[in-house]
Amino acid sequence: MSLLKSFLLFIGLMACAVSGPSFAQSDAEALRPLINDLAKGKYAETEKQIGELVATGDPAVAPALEALGEGDLYFRKSDRMVFIAHKAGKGYALTDPLTLEPAGEAGRREVTKIKVNNKLRRVLRSALGSLTLMAADPQVRQAAAQAIFKAQDPEGIDALNAALAAETDDGVRKVMEEARAAAVLNSDLDDAQKLEAVRTLSDMGNRDALSLLIGVQSSADGAVRDAATQAITKIRKSIAAWDAAQNIWYGLSLGSVLLLAAIGLAITFGVMGVINMAHGEMVMIGAYVTFVVQELIRTSAPGLFDYSLFIALPLAFLASGLIGVAIERGVIRWLYGRPLETLLATWGISLILQQAVRSIFGPTNREVGNPEWMSGAFEIGQMTITYNRMWIIVFAMLVFTGLMLVLKKTPFGLYTRAVTQNRRMAASMGIRTPWVDAMTFGLGSGIAGIAGVALSQIDNVSPNLGQGYIIDSFMVVVFGGVGNLWGTLVGAMTLGIVNKFLEPYAGAVLGKIFVLVIIILFIQKRPRGLFALKGRAVEA
Amino acid sequence: MHKGNSMKKTFTKLALAGLMASTIIGGAAAQEDTIKVGILHSLSGTMAISETTLKDAMLMLIEEQNKKGGLLGKKLEAVVVDPASDWPLFAEKARELIEVNGVDAVFGCWTSVSRKSVLPVFEELNSILFYPVQYEGEESQRNVFYTGAAPNQQAIPAVDYLMNEEGVERWVLAGTDYVYPRTTNKILEAYLKSKGVAEEDIMINYTPFGHSDWQTIVSDIKTFGSAGKKTAVVSTINGDANVPFYKELGNAGIKAEDIPVVAFSVGEEELAGLDTAPLVGHLAAWNYFQSADTDANAEFIETWQAYVGDDNRVTNDPMEAHFIGFNMWVEAVEKAGTTDPDAVIDAIVGVSVPNLTGGYSAMMPNHHITKPVLIGEIQDDGQFETVWETSGLVVGDAWSDYLDGSKDLISDWRAPLSCGNFNTVTGKCGGSGS
Repeated sequence: MSLLKSFLLFIGLMACAVSGPSFAQSDAEALRPLINDLAKGKYAETEKQIGELVATGDPAVAPALEALGEGDLYFRKSDRMVFIAHKAGKGYALTDPLTLEPAGEAGRREVTKIKVNNKLRRVLRSALGSLTLMAADPQVRQAAAQAIFKAQDPEGIDALNAALAAETDDGVRKVMEEARAAAVLNSDLDDAQKLEAVRTLSDMGNRDALSLLIGVQSSADGAVRDAATQAITKIRKSIAAWDAAQNIWYGLSLGSVLLLAAIGLAITFGVMGVINMAHGEMVMIGAYVTFVVQELIRTSAPGLFDYSLFIALPLAFLASGLIGVAIERGVIRWLYGRPLETLLATWGISLILQQAVRSIFGPTNREVGNPEWMSGAFEIGQMTITYNRMWIIVFAMLVFTGLMLVLKKTPFGLYTRAVTQNRRMAASMGIRTPWVDAMTFGLGSGIAGIAGVALSQIDNVSPNLGQGYIIDSFMVVVFGGVGNLWGTLVGAMTLGIVNKFLEPYAGAVLGKIFVLVIIILFIQKRPRGLFALKGRAVEA
Repeated sequence: MHKGNSMKKTFTKLALAGLMASTIIGGAAAQEDTIKVGILHSLSGTMAISETTLKDAMLMLIEEQNKKGGLLGKKLEAVVVDPASDWPLFAEKARELIEVNGVDAVFGCWTSVSRKSVLPVFEELNSILFYPVQYEGEESQRNVFYTGAAPNQQAIPAVDYLMNEEGVERWVLAGTDYVYPRTTNKILEAYLKSKGVAEEDIMINYTPFGHSDWQTIVSDIKTFGSAGKKTAVVSTINGDANVPFYKELGNAGIKAEDIPVVAFSVGEEELAGLDTAPLVGHLAAWNYFQSADTDANAEFIETWQAYVGDDNRVTNDPMEAHFIGFNMWVEAVEKAGTTDPDAVIDAIVGVSVPNLTGGYSAMMPNHHITKPVLIGEIQDDGQFETVWETSGLVVGDAWSDYLDGSKDLISDWRAPLSCGNFNTVTGKCGGSGS
């Protein structure tokens, strides 16, 4: 059987080799033993083997090395041939590592993965860097230069010189020059070249450059050392300014998370005066709706995965909203005007909901994936901005605006405000106050549900998800001023930013305590929060 | 008279049943010919996420033992209670298990604070507790058997690995703010300094339980890492907080090749809620990985997945600890011929049972066990791949050799010493600590 397979493979290989240019054929066959030697044994031997492959300087070995780094390189136990393998059904689909032609399939137990560890991944990264510097795709060239930058490999200088001479893209050229500077500083070239390199890094001005320069400062002497010291001072100064900006961004991001968690509560607690301890569980239910939606998409329509959050939003709103209405009609409406009983009853409901979710979905975390457009980060100057945080800020603002519009521009909003300000007068005017109560509570809970969709992207989806947010939410609403949405917005953002500016100095634990103390003091001074509601409602 | 007595008995039984109905699975209707085993793991509250699995694992082990014919000719019966992640409740439930249900051994607890809460109960009522989780050490108690890793079976080898294999010179010790991370980091700090690491090359950071906003800390780690020296993070971050931490790491683009994170509380179970593709290469140190390639492990995984009826359920290190602890108890009871705690405590020292990584683990006189130490890298399928392991077994050390006040202490529960904290300098039992 295996003989037959090898024979077929051989035929297949011959076929593709013949169809390709003749020189590629001889190269491929010369490289094959080297590639197969990758399956020899332990990490140390694999590393040596990688060195030999790189020494050939042939870009044809790049795909195999890339696959090795990603853990996709396997060898077949029967003949120790090395293949690139991807999961297909119960086994693996094999690809020839040199010709990149399909090479049949293998069962799960017929092939063994060639192990890599961090050290090997680093070796591979710099090896690939030197091999792909002349690639056709500018992005690949840039990645190659970045790899050399990280490796600071003096051996790469010649390759970089050649690549720089041929480079046409300005962006890539800049990265290559930086990589060259990094390599020069690690080599034994003369001081003039090194000074030039220090200047390049000083212009680069980011943390990577700083890291390299600190290394130079401690190892070099004379003029190079002085230049490095100067450059370090300069970079530190500019980074300090960026750090402040970054902190504000973190604060806004934390603030928007607080806003999302608190905005539903601002309606149920702020507008209706109901102390709803089950608010956090509404957020949790929203997150679980996201999980269910993603699970369904994964099994039935994987192509829709990037839109999963948009599908989850209305469903989460409905699910949490309906549960909210049920809670209001079933429990809370009997308890209006009795805050202590409401608090205890809703706390009980929160425990019931948590345990229910735990029984249905299990106690362990559920995986909610980030869609492509919410993964990763980009940089503005020296500031790193992650996509998921950015979209959550945008989303929080949209939810806030939407809610404002509903309350200010729709008849339902008018009723809600009327009932809040003077329940008996509103009832006399023909507004069905119980209906408005139920709908308002449903709205608040529904908003908590869509907050859950957003929070599922940054937090873990477990039955305890809501608990972490309930205290913070009450803090925001009380601080911002009960009954005022603008207060919630300003309150959330202020708390977020204050928290983030305290954290680097006081640490996360003390920072949180400080914020709590600040709020207590503030409430002593202004018991109604930042934006106190004026009018009869307050006295009621 | 006879009738009245039995009426009274029935009434007591009913009342008991009513009281316990919510907490006990397996029935209050006690049968005399069973040996009862208590399971003390939180099934609700914050820790339910980790502890529920251990409850299921114990139930499975007991079922398997019963299939083999039970113990001393009797069937085993599990008594499950739910201490609900509430530390004082752990002590109450432990008392209930021992006094009301009359269990012969208890398997349970996860957090150190819950263990500390039940210690006096086990001492007072002279029962046995098997504790399956890696912990900070600095403790050795006659009635407790520590089947998880002590710091020298997890933290120290992990740091050695990073130092020798990855050439790490700068260290971030990040942890959740409670007793295990604080003690472990104190030991690690002392250890690193003894290896010549400078004060400014160690950054220690604590966060509250369930911390979810990691932006500042991840960016601090990035800054700390850009000082021209190879940097690594040693994470004792516990429970729920890990998922947002790793998500932030992944999004911020901190690659394992640049700043590896080695975690002591992240196992297969914790990774189940995560897309691990951006985390490939980050490390964890344990005494067991699901990926361990042995027949015993394959059989264990198969039994487990069949028991819970889910082919994707993972196994983890504390489960293996319960597996070892349970088998040790079974063997000790058979050796002693009775379930009497005193006899079992004397019989269990020296008992050696197979572990799941292809060797044998033995109970030492200090009530800790011998284990191999494995370092694994996270793979994109949520599993770990062992990249390094100790050449032999490591003996759990109750008292760290790197802390003042603890390095002179030894623990040996065999007669005639029979002491958990014998001070070798003063020659007296009761040096310091608990």
